[in-house]
Parts: sequence; C-alpha cells; structure tokens
Amino acid sequence: MGQITLQDVQKSFGPVHIIKGADLDIADGSFVVFVGPSGCGKTTLLRLIAGLEDVSGGKILIDGKNVVDTPPAKRGLSMVFQSYALYPHMSVRGNIGFGLKMAGLSKDDTNRKVEAAAATLNLTPYLDRKPRELSGGQRQRVAIGRAIVREPKAFLFDEPLSNLDAALRVQMRIEVTRLQKQLGTTAIYVTHDQVEAMTMADKIVVLNGGKIEQYGSPLELYERPANLFVAGFIGSPKMNFVTGENAAQKGAATIGVRPEHIKIERDGAGGWPGTIAVAEHLGSDTFLYVDAGPLGMLTARYIGELSLHAGDRVSLVPDPARIHRFDASGNALRN
Amino acid sequence: MARKSTTQRVVVSTIGAWFFGFLIFFPILWMVLASFKTELEAFAIPPSFLFFHWTTENYATVQERSDYFHHALNSIIIAGGSTLIAVLIAIPAAWSMAFSPTKRTKDILLWMLSTKMMPPVGVLVPIYLIFKTFGLLDSRSGLIFILCLGNLPIVIWMLFTYFKEIPRDILEAARMDGATIGRELVYVLTPMAIPGLASTMLLNLILAWNEAFWTLNLSTSNAAPLTVFIASYSSPEGLFWAKLSAASTLAIAPIIVLGWFSQKQLVRGLTFGAVK
Repeated sequence: MGQITLQDVQKSFGPVHIIKGADLDIADGSFVVFVGPSGCGKTTLLRLIAGLEDVSGGKILIDGKNVVDTPPAKRGLSMVFQSYALYPHMSVRGNIGFGLKMAGLSKDDTNRKVEAAAATLNLTPYLDRKPRELSGGQRQRVAIGRAIVREPKAFLFDEPLSNLDAALRVQMRIEVTRLQKQLGTTAIYVTHDQVEAMTMADKIVVLNGGKIEQYGSPLELYERPANLFVAGFIGSPKMNFVTGENAAQKGAATIGVRPEHIKIERDGAGGWPGTIAVAEHLGSDTFLYVDAGPLGMLTARYIGELSLHAGDRVSLVPDPARIHRFDASGNALRN
Repeated sequence: MARKSTTQRVVVSTIGAWFFGFLIFFPILWMVLASFKTELEAFAIPPSFLFFHWTTENYATVQERSDYFHHALNSIIIAGGSTLIAVLIAIPAAWSMAFSPTKRTKDILLWMLSTKMMPPVGVLVPIYLIFKTFGLLDSRSGLIFILCLGNLPIVIWMLFTYFKEIPRDILEAARMDGATIGRELVYVLTPMAIPGLASTMLLNLILAWNEAFWTLNLSTSNAAPLTVFIASYSSPEGLFWAKLSAASTLAIAPIIVLGWFSQKQLVRGLTFGAVK
C-alpha cells in the first residue's frame, strides 16, 4: 500500500513562504508527476514528503497515518536523487543492498534480493564495480536499484533523468515507466520537463510559486487547463494567447488557442492575417511563427510539410471548438 | 617542434625544482653532516663538506648526557595525546558547522582562526600563572592541554573543509535507506572522511611535535619533550655545534620518517579543495 495524502502542507524558510498550503490525494499505485518552472517548490514538496525537510504546517498522511514527526528512515519511502547520490566507497552490490542491511536482513536474503534487482536493471555484470567505474546511465540504474530493492510504499524521484543525454533520457523514461507499472508501486516524480510529465504521468500536479495550480490527468490538463499558467505551461509549442477585441467577442478577457488547432490559409482573407517571421521545417511538422500585427507573435503548427517561408503572408484561422477562454484574473471560463 | 619545446620545459623545470628542493633541504643536510663531525671540524672555516673524519661520538655523548628516550616518549605522548583530543573535539564541531550551518557559522570559524593571529608570548604570563596555580607546570597533561587548544582552530578548519566536500545528497540517501544518525556516521560518513581525517591528524601531529614555545616555557625535565632536549645543547658557555646537531637530528628523525611515509596524504591534506 502506498496512499499519500497532503492536507494544507506549508513550508517556510525564514520569512520566505515556499509552499503555500498544498492539498493532494495520491492514489495507491499511481504515477504522479510534479511539474513547474524552477523555484516553484516542486522539489521542496517532494523533500517534505520524504521527511528530509520538516513541514511548517499541515499534515502528510501515508496510508492514513500522519508522518510529519516520523524521521525519513521510518516512512517506508525510497528516493532517487538528481545527483544519483551513490555511496562512492561501496560497490554496486553494497549500494543496492545498503537499505536491506540497515533493515537487518540476513546476508543471503540481501544477496538474493540485490541480484534480482540487478537482473531487472541489467546491472548483473557490474555488481562488484565501484560507482566511479560506471557510466552516467549505469549509475542512474544503480540509484533506481537501490530504491526498488527495499520494496517501499512509494518511490520519490527528484529530476532523476536531468543529468543524462537526450537519447538516454528517452530510453530511461520508458524504462522507469515500465518498471513502475510492473511493480505497481506508487511513484512521485519531480521534473521541469513537461514532455516527461505528459508521457510518464497518470496524473500531473502543476506547481507555480508554491501553489498547486491544477491536478489532473495529462489530457485533462491539455484539454481543460484551469488557468492561464497551466494553459501556457502544458503543451509544446506554447499556447497562443490573444487579448482585446478578439477575446471580447468571445466574452473573455483572454482567449487561448494551441498552435496545432490553427488552420493556415495562404491568401489572407478571414481569420488573423500576418507575415511569417520564421518557418521551421522538421519534415514531420512545420512550425510557423507569424507576426500578426496588433495580436503579437502567433505560433501555428502544420502536420507534414508546408512550403511557406519567411516573409509570406498568411491568415490564421483558429478552430472555434478548441478555443480556451479565460477571465480577467486568468481563470478558465467554462461554457 | 611543440613536442621539443615541451621536453625542454620539463627538463628546465625539473632542474629548477631539484635546485630549490635542495636549497630548502640544505640546512637539514648540513645539520646531519655536522652531527658526524668532531666539535673542531663542525665550526672550521672553510667548512669541509664530505671529506672529514666521520664519527658517531656525538650521538654517544648526547645519549650519555641526557636521556633521549625519555624526551622522545614525552614528545610522542604530548603530540599524540593533543592530536587525539583535538580531533575528538573537532569532529562534532566541524560536523555541525558543515552540515547544519547557521548565520553565525562563518563568524565562528573566523573567530577561531583569529586566535592564531595573536602572538603566544602575549599570554605567556597569564598561562604560566594558571599552570602554576593548578600544578600543571612541567606536566605532560598540561602540555597536552595547551597544545591541543593551540592547534584546535586549524584542526576544525581542516575537518570543516573536508566535511563540506561530502555531498549532502549522499547523507540524505543514507537517511532514506533507513540509516539512523549513528549508522550514517559509521557506514557512510566516516569511510568517506577517512582520508581527510588522516591528513588532518598527521599535520597536527607534526605541528605539535615541533611546537617549541610552550614546551620550552612550561616544562623543564619531567614532561620535557625533544624540543627541550635540543635546547639544552645551546648553552651560553662554549659552542657544541656537533652535539647540538646530533641532538637535533635525533629529535627530528621520527617525524621525518613519518612524514616521508605519509607524504601522499600530507600533500592531499594541504592542497585539498584547491583543485577539484
């Protein structure tokens, strides 16, 4: 079991309010990603759950038990750090088995479990090596091995893939997701990369300035963002925002439309006319950055190749069914 | 071409390094040579470098006149004891400052170091009186106490720098792995800090071994370490350079041997943090 509930969790460092009251329900076995810009408090929130920081207020319940006064060692959680944080003086075997040794498991049982974990992560040939003799990806696997071998109530991941190169990151992303589904253990994963969040999560928590902006499944966040911040943060390239008369016509202070929901018309009648500033041809997609005069710069995405170039005049027609409306304080308006 | 100039540079800098190394070492060499000369040859002008009448007579006389082993034992006890106590006090101090620093940590560290800026002679009279009152004059425990206090700031500074280099994440990982503070200390922190601990102790041992000001002023015979042993040969009546040299050679021999075998640790200790 690994059900985690946060009730009005707060954290201040001196006069600085980092977490301003977080409420969250994380179901057993789910994969939850905390995402947000740097400094939004996502790592702090994770460290509060881990017990590496003390809360300034509120409750953290693990399987219904308030753990705010329980030391990290007793919370039954395991953590994978951004820096891997392997013990440099121990072999891979020693690193993975350390938690079991601390739990007082016999040598035979420890070895058996360590070897099983190593086999899952393709680490068997490296069991007797020291961390410094491993590559970045292998070190990351050891850190994950150390987390899974203890069969914790939940895994906590603190930006675990940010030190890996792009190709390896994609591969590890898939492996971590697969492993979590296979083990069925609750996982909380912190990242600033919204692609990681969208691809890995069952549910995403979007944080900004120490507040939870929205909590929901990736597609919920994409299709029904609660406010301007979430709308702008989720999705790549970013959602276009238009204010003024165009928005007022729709009865909103701001309207938003994603680049993929804009139709590009060559001869500028109707829609929003403009001049292409930059055209990016990726083969699979074409991204156009269009200077639409009073509306500002707008981004449009076309699936496939579109032979338009910088300087060409186009007209952008938003799909009326996919326009997001926001009020003056930035909250989404529902029909 | 580039290769040739690199070789040349290596040759020149090697010769230069050996030259300066020899220059620094020369007084010690001269002292060792003098210890094997007769008193007459020891201050002969022009001095003879290698071609003199070699004799070990000075060493025999020195051992006969004053008990080398008594002084050496005192040196070992005082230097060793003060190092051990200083390290035991410094570990928790450095630990808390490295891992839970406060706003005042930097000030405390600087304040501790500032005590080393005061000339010791400035407090000689009060310390002497305190020692006299508590019956610590010419006692090993008194010297252990004063040398320990004298070197404590340096020991804390060195350990603090070492502990600071240990990534916090690793300690937190151990905590997440279920280690209590005690086990975190035994299984994770201490093994990682051993090189730093060793070089700190070594440096402190050398400093305490060579310390002359307090040992000369606060001891006479019972607790007198090797520094007092050497000083007893620089007498106002007559010059005994050969015997003084023999006494000095005997006094520095143990620490030079120790230093030689541990030079790798020492260099690491002294340059730690300078290069990442």
